Amino acid sequence: MSREDALVTTQWVEDNLDTPGIVLVEVDEDTTAYDKGHIRGAIKLDWTTDLQDQVRRDFVNKQQFEELLSSKGISNDDTVVLYGGNNNWFAAYAYWYFTLYGHADVKLMDGGRKKWELDSRELVDEVPERERTSYTAQEQDTSIRAFRDDTVNAIGVSNLIDVRSPDEYAGRLLAPAHLPQEQSQRAGHVPTSLNVPWSKNCNDDGTFKSDDELKALYDEVGIDDSKDTIALCRIGERSSLTWFVLKELLGHQNVKNYDGSWTEYGSLVGVPIALGDEPGSADA
Amino acid sequence: MCGAKEGGLSLDGVNVAKEAVIQGQVTREGEPVGNAYVRLLDKAGEFTAEVPTSASGHFRFFAGEGQWTLRTLAPQASPVDKKVHAAVGSVAEVTIPIA
Repeated sequence: MSREDALVTTQWVEDNLDTPGIVLVEVDEDTTAYDKGHIRGAIKLDWTTDLQDQVRRDFVNKQQFEELLSSKGISNDDTVVLYGGNNNWFAAYAYWYFTLYGHADVKLMDGGRKKWELDSRELVDEVPERERTSYTAQEQDTSIRAFRDDTVNAIGVSNLIDVRSPDEYAGRLLAPAHLPQEQSQRAGHVPTSLNVPWSKNCNDDGTFKSDDELKALYDEVGIDDSKDTIALCRIGERSSLTWFVLKELLGHQNVKNYDGSWTEYGSLVGVPIALGDEPGSADA
Repeated sequence: MCGAKEGGLSLDGVNVAKEAVIQGQVTREGEPVGNAYVRLLDKAGEFTAEVPTSASGHFRFFAGEGQWTLRTLAPQASPVDKKVHAAVGSVAEVTIPIA
Protein backbone atom coordinates (compact mmCIF):
# COMPACT_ATOMS: atom_id res chain seq x y z
CA MET A 1 0.00 0.00 0.00
CA SER A 2 1.24 3.49 -0.72
CA ARG A 3 0.06 7.08 -0.91
CA GLU A 4 -0.84 6.63 -4.61
CA ASP A 5 -3.07 3.64 -3.82
CA ALA A 6 -4.74 4.96 -0.68
CA LEU A 7 -5.20 8.68 -1.23
CA VAL A 8 -6.78 10.86 -3.92
CA THR A 9 -6.86 14.65 -4.18
CA THR A 10 -9.93 16.87 -4.23
CA GLN A 11 -9.05 17.67 -7.86
CA TRP A 12 -8.99 13.96 -8.75
CA VAL A 13 -12.43 13.59 -7.18
CA GLU A 14 -13.80 16.55 -9.12
CA ASP A 15 -12.33 15.12 -12.33
CA ASN A 16 -13.93 11.74 -11.65
CA LEU A 17 -17.41 12.74 -10.48
CA ASP A 18 -18.97 10.95 -13.45
CA THR A 19 -16.57 8.02 -13.74
CA PRO A 20 -18.45 4.71 -13.46
CA GLY A 21 -17.31 2.31 -10.76
CA ILE A 22 -16.35 5.05 -8.30
CA VAL A 23 -18.60 5.57 -5.29
CA LEU A 24 -18.13 8.66 -3.14
CA VAL A 25 -19.09 8.13 0.50
CA GLU A 26 -19.32 10.90 3.11
CA VAL A 27 -18.88 10.00 6.79
CA ASP A 28 -18.96 12.78 9.38
CA GLU A 29 -18.82 13.06 13.13
CA ASP A 30 -21.64 15.58 12.74
CA THR A 31 -24.04 13.22 11.03
CA THR A 32 -26.17 16.12 9.75
CA ALA A 33 -23.30 17.64 7.72
CA TYR A 34 -24.20 15.64 4.59
CA ASP A 35 -27.73 17.00 4.69
CA LYS A 36 -26.39 20.56 4.54
CA GLY A 37 -24.69 19.86 1.20
CA HIS A 38 -22.30 17.21 -0.10
CA ILE A 39 -20.19 16.37 -3.14
CA ARG A 40 -22.39 15.54 -6.13
CA GLY A 41 -23.14 11.83 -6.32
CA ALA A 42 -21.90 11.09 -2.80
CA ILE A 43 -23.89 8.83 -0.50
CA LYS A 44 -23.92 9.11 3.30
CA LEU A 45 -22.93 6.62 5.96
CA ASP A 46 -23.96 7.45 9.51
CA TRP A 47 -21.29 6.12 11.89
CA THR A 48 -23.69 6.10 14.86
CA THR A 49 -26.38 4.00 13.15
CA ASP A 50 -24.91 2.34 10.04
CA LEU A 51 -21.54 1.32 11.49
CA GLN A 52 -22.40 0.50 15.12
CA ASP A 53 -24.46 -2.32 16.54
CA GLN A 54 -27.49 -0.66 18.09
CA VAL A 55 -27.55 -2.84 21.23
CA ARG A 56 -24.04 -4.06 22.05
CA ARG A 57 -20.98 -1.83 21.95
CA ASP A 58 -19.47 -3.31 18.82
CA PHE A 59 -19.42 -3.02 15.07
CA VAL A 60 -22.14 -4.31 12.82
CA ASN A 61 -21.42 -7.95 11.99
CA LYS A 62 -20.50 -9.32 8.56
CA GLN A 63 -24.12 -9.94 7.54
CA GLN A 64 -25.19 -6.46 8.67
CA PHE A 65 -22.27 -4.89 6.80
CA GLU A 66 -23.23 -6.83 3.66
CA GLU A 67 -26.83 -5.67 3.98
CA LEU A 68 -25.70 -2.07 4.56
CA LEU A 69 -23.46 -1.93 1.48
CA SER A 70 -26.02 -3.78 -0.65
CA SER A 71 -28.74 -1.34 0.35
CA LYS A 72 -26.45 1.62 -0.40
CA GLY A 73 -25.72 0.24 -3.87
CA ILE A 74 -22.01 -0.49 -3.35
CA SER A 75 -20.52 -3.47 -5.24
CA ASN A 76 -17.49 -5.52 -4.32
CA ASP A 77 -15.60 -4.23 -7.38
CA ASP A 78 -16.43 -0.54 -6.84
CA THR A 79 -13.72 1.94 -5.91
CA VAL A 80 -14.97 3.49 -2.67
CA VAL A 81 -13.68 7.02 -2.04
CA LEU A 82 -14.33 8.21 1.51
CA TYR A 83 -14.32 11.77 2.77
CA GLY A 84 -15.71 13.63 5.74
CA GLY A 85 -15.45 16.44 8.23
CA ASN A 86 -12.99 16.84 11.11
CA ASN A 87 -9.99 16.29 8.85
CA ASN A 88 -11.34 12.89 7.79
CA TRP A 89 -11.48 11.39 11.30
CA PHE A 90 -14.61 9.39 10.62
CA ALA A 91 -13.79 8.85 6.96
CA ALA A 92 -10.52 7.26 8.11
CA TYR A 93 -12.53 5.22 10.60
CA ALA A 94 -14.77 4.05 7.74
CA TYR A 95 -11.67 3.33 5.62
CA TRP A 96 -10.34 1.12 8.39
CA TYR A 97 -13.79 -0.48 8.73
CA PHE A 98 -14.05 -1.21 4.98
CA THR A 99 -10.54 -2.72 5.17
CA LEU A 100 -11.53 -4.77 8.23
CA TYR A 101 -14.29 -6.36 6.14
CA GLY A 102 -11.99 -6.83 3.16
CA HIS A 103 -13.20 -4.27 0.61
CA ALA A 104 -10.64 -4.43 -2.21
CA ASP A 105 -10.40 -0.85 -3.41
CA VAL A 106 -10.94 1.91 -0.88
CA LYS A 107 -9.39 5.38 -0.83
CA LEU A 108 -9.50 8.57 1.21
CA MET A 109 -9.95 12.02 -0.32
CA ASP A 110 -6.99 14.00 1.04
CA GLY A 111 -8.15 16.87 3.23
CA GLY A 112 -11.75 15.67 3.34
CA ARG A 113 -14.74 17.92 3.37
CA LYS A 114 -12.81 20.88 4.78
CA LYS A 115 -10.31 20.94 1.91
CA TRP A 116 -13.17 20.63 -0.58
CA GLU A 117 -14.93 23.61 1.06
CA LEU A 118 -11.76 25.69 1.40
CA ASP A 119 -11.16 25.05 -2.33
CA SER A 120 -14.65 26.60 -2.89
CA ARG A 121 -15.77 23.48 -4.77
CA GLU A 122 -19.44 22.72 -5.37
CA LEU A 123 -21.70 21.08 -2.78
CA VAL A 124 -25.20 19.92 -3.73
CA ASP A 125 -28.39 18.88 -1.93
CA GLU A 126 -29.58 16.11 -4.27
CA VAL A 127 -29.34 12.65 -2.76
CA PRO A 128 -28.35 10.11 -5.45
CA GLU A 129 -30.31 6.92 -5.97
CA ARG A 130 -28.22 3.83 -6.42
CA GLU A 131 -29.54 0.45 -7.42
CA ARG A 132 -29.33 -2.25 -4.79
CA THR A 133 -26.39 -4.63 -5.07
CA SER A 134 -25.51 -7.98 -3.58
CA TYR A 135 -22.39 -7.27 -1.53
CA THR A 136 -20.24 -10.00 -0.01
CA ALA A 137 -17.94 -9.08 2.88
CA GLN A 138 -14.94 -11.04 4.18
CA GLU A 139 -14.56 -12.17 7.77
CA GLN A 140 -13.12 -9.41 9.99
CA ASP A 141 -9.36 -9.04 9.53
CA THR A 142 -8.43 -8.86 13.20
CA SER A 143 -4.78 -8.32 12.29
CA ILE A 144 -5.72 -4.61 12.15
CA ARG A 145 -8.05 -4.51 15.18
CA ALA A 146 -6.79 -4.42 18.78
CA PHE A 147 -8.93 -5.36 21.78
CA ARG A 148 -8.50 -4.32 25.41
CA ASP A 149 -6.37 -7.33 26.38
CA ASP A 150 -4.06 -6.70 23.41
CA THR A 151 -3.62 -3.18 24.73
CA VAL A 152 -2.96 -4.19 28.34
CA ASN A 153 -0.46 -6.80 27.12
CA ALA A 154 1.27 -4.22 24.93
CA ILE A 155 2.30 -2.06 27.92
CA GLY A 156 6.08 -1.85 27.92
CA VAL A 157 6.22 -4.39 25.05
CA SER A 158 4.83 -2.91 21.82
CA ASN A 159 4.55 0.59 20.41
CA LEU A 160 1.45 2.21 21.89
CA ILE A 161 0.56 5.44 20.13
CA ASP A 162 -2.01 7.62 21.85
CA VAL A 163 -3.18 10.12 19.25
CA ARG A 164 -5.37 12.33 21.45
CA SER A 165 -4.51 15.95 22.15
CA PRO A 166 -1.79 16.58 24.79
CA ASP A 167 -4.38 17.70 27.36
CA GLU A 168 -6.44 14.52 26.94
CA TYR A 169 -3.29 12.38 27.14
CA ALA A 170 -2.14 14.09 30.31
CA GLY A 171 -5.58 13.76 31.88
CA ARG A 172 -6.40 17.47 31.89
CA LEU A 173 -9.30 16.95 29.45
CA LEU A 174 -11.51 13.88 29.00
CA ALA A 175 -12.74 14.52 25.47
CA PRO A 176 -11.87 16.64 22.45
CA ALA A 177 -12.58 20.26 23.29
CA HIS A 178 -15.54 20.58 20.96
CA LEU A 179 -17.44 18.12 23.18
CA PRO A 180 -18.70 18.46 26.77
CA GLN A 181 -16.15 17.16 29.28
CA GLU A 182 -18.33 15.34 31.79
CA GLN A 183 -17.58 11.61 31.45
CA SER A 184 -17.69 8.56 33.68
CA GLN A 185 -14.23 7.16 33.08
CA ARG A 186 -10.84 8.02 34.58
CA ALA A 187 -8.52 10.46 32.86
CA GLY A 188 -4.97 9.77 31.70
CA HIS A 189 -3.25 7.34 29.34
CA VAL A 190 -1.99 3.78 29.03
CA PRO A 191 1.46 3.64 30.68
CA THR A 192 4.32 3.61 28.14
CA SER A 193 2.09 4.93 25.35
CA LEU A 194 3.63 7.77 23.35
CA ASN A 195 1.56 10.86 22.65
CA VAL A 196 1.60 11.69 18.96
CA PRO A 197 -1.53 13.81 18.42
CA TRP A 198 -3.27 12.86 15.17
CA SER A 199 -3.09 16.52 14.13
CA LYS A 200 0.69 16.23 13.68
CA ASN A 201 -0.07 14.06 10.64
CA CYS A 202 -1.96 16.84 8.90
CA ASN A 203 -1.58 20.32 7.51
CA ASP A 204 -4.03 23.03 8.62
CA ASP A 205 -6.18 22.39 5.52
CA GLY A 206 -6.61 18.76 6.57
CA THR A 207 -4.34 17.20 3.93
CA PHE A 208 -1.70 14.74 5.06
CA LYS A 209 1.88 15.87 5.41
CA SER A 210 4.45 14.43 2.99
CA ASP A 211 5.80 10.91 3.51
CA ASP A 212 9.18 12.38 4.49
CA GLU A 213 7.61 14.65 7.12
CA LEU A 214 5.52 11.79 8.48
CA LYS A 215 8.48 9.43 8.63
CA ALA A 216 10.50 12.09 10.47
CA LEU A 217 7.63 12.58 12.94
CA TYR A 218 7.51 8.91 13.94
CA ASP A 219 11.30 8.50 13.89
CA GLU A 220 11.58 11.46 16.25
CA VAL A 221 9.22 9.99 18.87
CA GLY A 222 11.10 6.71 18.72
CA ILE A 223 8.70 4.20 17.22
CA ASP A 224 10.49 0.87 17.06
CA ASP A 225 9.85 -0.62 13.60
CA SER A 226 10.67 -4.11 14.80
CA LYS A 227 7.72 -4.08 17.21
CA ASP A 228 3.97 -4.26 16.68
CA THR A 229 2.02 -1.03 17.05
CA ILE A 230 -1.37 -0.23 18.53
CA ALA A 231 -2.97 3.18 17.93
CA LEU A 232 -5.65 4.47 20.28
CA CYS A 233 -7.61 7.61 21.05
CA ARG A 234 -10.97 8.14 22.81
CA ILE A 235 -13.41 6.14 20.64
CA GLY A 236 -11.15 4.84 17.87
CA GLU A 237 -11.80 7.30 15.06
CA ARG A 238 -8.80 9.64 15.38
CA SER A 239 -6.57 6.59 15.85
CA SER A 240 -7.97 5.23 12.56
CA LEU A 241 -6.38 8.25 10.92
CA THR A 242 -3.01 7.46 12.53
CA TRP A 243 -3.45 3.77 11.64
CA PHE A 244 -3.99 4.95 8.04
CA VAL A 245 -0.77 6.99 8.15
CA LEU A 246 1.37 4.22 9.65
CA LYS A 247 -0.07 1.31 7.67
CA GLU A 248 -1.24 2.74 4.37
CA LEU A 249 1.06 5.72 3.80
CA LEU A 250 4.27 4.65 5.56
CA GLY A 251 3.84 0.91 5.02
CA HIS A 252 4.45 -0.23 8.62
CA GLN A 253 3.49 -3.84 9.25
CA ASN A 254 1.41 -5.09 12.20
CA VAL A 255 -0.37 -1.87 13.04
CA LYS A 256 -3.68 -2.24 14.87
CA ASN A 257 -6.36 0.24 15.77
CA TYR A 258 -7.86 -0.11 19.28
CA ASP A 259 -11.45 0.96 18.64
CA GLY A 260 -12.43 0.55 22.30
CA SER A 261 -9.80 3.21 23.05
CA TRP A 262 -9.97 5.45 26.11
CA THR A 263 -13.72 5.18 26.70
CA GLU A 264 -13.15 1.46 27.25
CA TYR A 265 -9.67 1.46 28.79
CA GLY A 266 -10.41 4.37 31.13
CA SER A 267 -13.45 2.50 32.45
CA LEU A 268 -11.70 -0.84 33.13
CA VAL A 269 -11.28 -1.85 36.76
CA GLY A 270 -7.73 -2.41 37.92
CA VAL A 271 -5.70 -1.50 34.83
CA PRO A 272 -2.70 0.82 35.17
CA ILE A 273 -3.09 4.46 34.19
CA ALA A 274 -0.43 7.15 33.85
CA LEU A 275 -1.15 10.83 34.44
CA GLY A 276 0.75 13.85 33.18
CA ASP A 277 2.77 14.54 30.06
CA GLU A 278 5.27 11.67 30.41
CA PRO A 279 4.58 8.12 29.11
CA GLY A 280 5.11 6.58 32.55
CA SER A 281 6.57 3.17 33.28
CA ALA A 282 5.33 -0.38 32.76
CA ASP A 283 5.56 -0.99 36.53
CA ALA A 284 3.03 1.72 37.38
CA MET B 1 -32.40 39.89 29.07
CA CYS B 2 -32.20 36.95 31.45
CA GLY B 3 -28.43 37.37 31.46
CA ALA B 4 -28.07 36.20 27.87
CA LYS B 5 -25.28 37.91 25.98
CA GLU B 6 -26.29 39.93 23.00
CA GLY B 7 -25.62 38.02 19.79
CA GLY B 8 -24.22 35.06 21.74
CA LEU B 9 -24.93 31.41 21.03
CA SER B 10 -27.69 29.96 23.22
CA LEU B 11 -26.34 28.06 26.25
CA ASP B 12 -29.48 25.97 26.70
CA GLY B 13 -28.50 22.47 27.76
CA VAL B 14 -24.90 23.43 28.62
CA ASN B 15 -23.79 23.02 32.22
CA VAL B 16 -21.81 26.26 32.31
CA ALA B 17 -20.78 25.76 35.95
CA LYS B 18 -18.73 22.68 34.99
CA GLU B 19 -17.36 23.76 31.62
CA ALA B 20 -14.83 26.32 30.40
CA VAL B 21 -16.75 27.47 27.34
CA ILE B 22 -15.17 29.39 24.47
CA GLN B 23 -17.67 30.45 21.85
CA GLY B 24 -18.31 33.18 19.34
CA GLN B 25 -18.93 34.15 15.78
CA VAL B 26 -16.87 34.52 12.61
CA THR B 27 -17.79 37.57 10.54
CA ARG B 28 -16.74 39.17 7.25
CA GLU B 29 -17.62 42.86 6.93
CA GLY B 30 -20.09 42.40 9.77
CA GLU B 31 -21.89 39.46 8.12
CA PRO B 32 -21.75 35.94 9.60
CA VAL B 33 -19.44 33.45 7.83
CA GLY B 34 -21.12 30.03 7.76
CA ASN B 35 -18.39 28.10 5.94
CA ALA B 36 -15.37 28.80 8.14
CA TYR B 37 -13.39 26.40 10.30
CA VAL B 38 -12.22 27.37 13.78
CA ARG B 39 -9.33 25.44 15.36
CA LEU B 40 -8.54 25.52 19.07
CA LEU B 41 -4.80 25.44 19.78
CA ASP B 42 -3.37 24.94 23.27
CA LYS B 43 -0.77 27.15 24.93
CA ALA B 44 2.01 25.27 23.10
CA GLY B 45 0.27 25.90 19.77
CA GLU B 46 -0.80 22.25 19.52
CA PHE B 47 -4.11 21.44 17.87
CA THR B 48 -6.85 20.54 20.36
CA ALA B 49 -10.10 20.72 18.43
CA GLU B 50 -11.75 22.13 15.35
CA VAL B 51 -15.34 22.92 14.41
CA PRO B 52 -17.04 24.21 11.29
CA THR B 53 -19.08 27.36 11.90
CA SER B 54 -22.87 27.12 11.85
CA ALA B 55 -24.99 28.88 9.23
CA SER B 56 -24.98 31.91 11.55
CA GLY B 57 -21.17 31.85 11.81
CA HIS B 58 -21.16 30.52 15.38
CA PHE B 59 -18.79 28.06 17.04
CA ARG B 60 -18.27 26.63 20.54
CA PHE B 61 -15.55 24.76 22.43
CA PHE B 62 -15.43 23.12 25.84
CA ALA B 63 -11.87 23.91 26.85
CA GLY B 64 -9.93 23.80 30.10
CA GLU B 65 -8.58 26.58 32.30
CA GLY B 66 -5.98 28.74 30.64
CA GLN B 67 -4.76 30.44 27.52
CA TRP B 68 -5.86 29.20 24.10
CA THR B 69 -5.55 30.35 20.50
CA LEU B 70 -8.39 30.27 17.98
CA ARG B 71 -7.18 29.83 14.39
CA THR B 72 -9.83 30.55 11.78
CA LEU B 73 -9.71 29.23 8.21
CA ALA B 74 -12.19 30.24 5.52
CA PRO B 75 -12.34 30.08 1.71
CA GLN B 76 -10.43 32.94 0.07
CA ALA B 77 -9.11 34.25 3.39
CA SER B 78 -5.78 34.08 5.20
CA PRO B 79 -5.84 32.23 8.54
CA VAL B 80 -6.60 34.53 11.51
CA ASP B 81 -5.22 33.78 15.01
CA LYS B 82 -6.85 35.16 18.16
CA LYS B 83 -5.84 34.51 21.77
CA VAL B 84 -8.52 33.80 24.38
CA HIS B 85 -8.58 32.94 28.07
CA ALA B 86 -10.95 30.25 29.32
CA ALA B 87 -12.08 29.49 32.87
CA VAL B 88 -14.42 26.85 34.29
CA GLY B 89 -17.78 28.39 35.12
CA SER B 90 -17.49 31.19 32.59
CA VAL B 91 -18.19 31.73 28.91
CA ALA B 92 -15.54 33.47 26.80
CA GLU B 93 -17.33 35.21 23.91
CA VAL B 94 -15.16 35.98 20.90
CA THR B 95 -15.94 37.71 17.63
CA ILE B 96 -13.51 36.91 14.83
CA PRO B 97 -13.57 39.30 11.87
CA ILE B 98 -11.90 37.89 8.74
CA ALA B 99 -10.85 39.88 5.70
